[in-house]
Amino acid sequence: MENKEKDIQIIIAGAAGQGSKKAGHLIGKLFNSYGFRVFIHEDYESVIRGGHNFSQISVSKEECNAISDKIDFLLALNKDAVENHSRKMKEEGVLIYDSDSIKEEDLPSRADLNIVPVSLNEIIKEAEGIDLMKNTALVSLFMKVVGMDFEKASAALKKELPVKTEENMRVARTAFEKVDKLRELKEGGSHSLPLLAGNEAAALGAINAGLESYFAYPMTPSTGILNFLSKTKGVKTFQPESELAVINMGLGSSYAGKRTMVGTSGGGFALMTEGISFSAQAEIPICVALSQRMGPATGVPTYQAQADLLFASSSGHGDMMRFIVAPGDADEAYELTGKALNISWKYQLPSIVLLDKELSENTYGFKGESEVFKEDVVTEDKEDYERYAGESISPLAFPGGRAMVKATGYEHDSKGIAVEDANKVKEMHEKRLRKYENLREELKRTDTVRTCGEGDVAIVFWGSTKGVVMEATKGMGVKIVWPLVIQPFPEKKMKEVLSGTSKIICVETNATGQLAKMLRCYGTEVEGQVLKYDGRPFTIEELKERIESLL
Amino acid sequence: MENLILSTKNTWCPGCGNFGIQNAFKEVLPEVGKERVVLVTGIGCHGKMADYINVSSFYALHGRTIPVATGIKSANNDLQVICCAGDGDVYNEGISHLLHAAKRNSNITVIVHDNHVFSLTVKQPTSTSPEGFTGSSTPEGHPERPLNPVDLMLSVKASFVARSFVGKQGHLKEVIKEGIEHKGFSFIEVLQPCVAWYNTFPEYAKRVYEMKEIPSSFKEAREKAQEWDYSNEADIPLGVFYKEQKEVLEDKLEKTTEVDIGAILEKSK
Repeated sequence: MENKEKDIQIIIAGAAGQGSKKAGHLIGKLFNSYGFRVFIHEDYESVIRGGHNFSQISVSKEECNAISDKIDFLLALNKDAVENHSRKMKEEGVLIYDSDSIKEEDLPSRADLNIVPVSLNEIIKEAEGIDLMKNTALVSLFMKVVGMDFEKASAALKKELPVKTEENMRVARTAFEKVDKLRELKEGGSHSLPLLAGNEAAALGAINAGLESYFAYPMTPSTGILNFLSKTKGVKTFQPESELAVINMGLGSSYAGKRTMVGTSGGGFALMTEGISFSAQAEIPICVALSQRMGPATGVPTYQAQADLLFASSSGHGDMMRFIVAPGDADEAYELTGKALNISWKYQLPSIVLLDKELSENTYGFKGESEVFKEDVVTEDKEDYERYAGESISPLAFPGGRAMVKATGYEHDSKGIAVEDANKVKEMHEKRLRKYENLREELKRTDTVRTCGEGDVAIVFWGSTKGVVMEATKGMGVKIVWPLVIQPFPEKKMKEVLSGTSKIICVETNATGQLAKMLRCYGTEVEGQVLKYDGRPFTIEELKERIESLL
Repeated sequence: MENLILSTKNTWCPGCGNFGIQNAFKEVLPEVGKERVVLVTGIGCHGKMADYINVSSFYALHGRTIPVATGIKSANNDLQVICCAGDGDVYNEGISHLLHAAKRNSNITVIVHDNHVFSLTVKQPTSTSPEGFTGSSTPEGHPERPLNPVDLMLSVKASFVARSFVGKQGHLKEVIKEGIEHKGFSFIEVLQPCVAWYNTFPEYAKRVYEMKEIPSSFKEAREKAQEWDYSNEADIPLGVFYKEQKEVLEDKLEKTTEVDIGAILEKSK
């Protein structure tokens, strides 16, 4: 039987340490090589072993960066996996389970399901593999069940298994023969795309904008950037003792001329905020990748929230501006992280990239259509150099050349010497205000708000809810609006794109409606709010229903 | 001699110990090459060095001189990065940075202007104030014992540990120079009395003595460092307590290969 619907939803679930994430990725890569669009949502608890982890893979012919309530395939590695996910299975869905760890009586009593028991231990034994290769076995027998051709799919699989390839392939072949084909699969028809987590795409965007150094203290869900860049030659990475050290090292590194980014989540960012303020006063560029997770405080560390919009927007004491962007998928993470790094250097101020758990750690097909490159900045290396010269943006110089470069967190004169004189204090504030004004001007000429579709009702969102909003609103006849830039807020542009609509509904994964608050601040009334604050992303069906109830 | 002091109005009190450190700097800078020097200062009276001395400088947040210096050094290994920080900066607000910079042997120099008091905020105790110190926040006397920073730095095996006193100009200059020239993390504790709020000058002048040589072992260095614990009445040894050559952080961080984004993307398909 061919898959009736154009999309396939797969969940692979087990205890932490059983490798469900890795297997999920392998399956994603196989569909990618079959010409499908792939999206993988990761759900895991804050534990090393045990707990319950799952990956949900959306496979589709057209881009679909969201997950559904209903699944076609469940690959269960333990009893919890069956308990938690079998109720999501569509009629005639396929449940593949590891019979070594799941008893028959724990299976759902549904006659419509295709239930496929497999003993991974037996396969490993027969193929003379090792325990670690159970993933290979699972993926390979899934290839068979879903209707993939062994030669074609195993070529893609082989690429992913560079260690003990021969043994792995033996395991794959054995597993493939153990089960029956239950579905027909035709090729998806697209070119395969690089599959990237949002964190990786953000890192690549920064690299293309000239990133040279990255400082971070590990904190979920931002850690992926540190891990990725640590493996990337050409970017210096360093993990110091605390986020206080991170931001101050970052400032030192930028001051000495290296394009620098730091990364963290809400709690770490809270520690960094004095440095954000320093960046504004000393006019030292710094770019922060802030990947939000559910708070307050330690909150629910490995789960989703978009709850630091207002915090980031007012981070740092004193009158200052930050450049803040909110990407919605891997491509926007790439584009906007590059932009944030460039803008922080061009305008010598802090920039913040608002990522979140979903965007940071989910896997997207990366189209790579936007151009990101290192934009030039004005520099001047001369003996009578003055760090804060001029009316707005001062040319940069770095220590070690001819210029004497004096940076300071005190209010200062053009040479960088502390001042307290009333006129001087006012004058320097105005210098920075002019700089912020110049940034607003530049942003008028760029993409600060995006829209899609037309309608009487506007659905406004920000960040990672992009994928699910796009899916949930299909056929609704609404206008989708999302700001890419959060600060300076594109007030005018937002009003422009919303002008033809009669009702505005905001969709956010937080409890207090932070974007709606911001819109109201800038004089745009929001009539409806769809909020979710249980740490999980919206599913397509859930969001569709909630929006429809407000229409 | 080149003009090393800027024309900025100096606001230190007459007789301030900071003048002694500034004078030592004036002599040392031409010898170590001022063009490559970056001075990182913290917050407190000492921090004004950034406004007074004619070199590139970074007037950092309170407590954060050391991570800033590490960031600068990581960005440009050719620079000579020197932190001038106060006891409030380094021993109170930012002590974790001090320990970690010593532990990782970052090739920077940290000079602590230790006057055992928060002076700019008008006399409150710092980490090196003695027990019983009466200040504006401790009218009944400070209830804590002081830290012994020299012993602390030895305990984390800082690769250069020294102490000097602003009342001994020649000694101070030599120790600062030796610390800057040392490849590795250099820690220099300078006893720098505050003439306004806690003038230990006359007493320290009587009690300090220069060690004849560097203690011959780590054990002996610690014994020397423990002679005076910042609260007892013992004589105060000055000089280099410990010195060791080992690989520095920044040499391990060097990476020169270009990033191949195309290869990364191809691998991700």
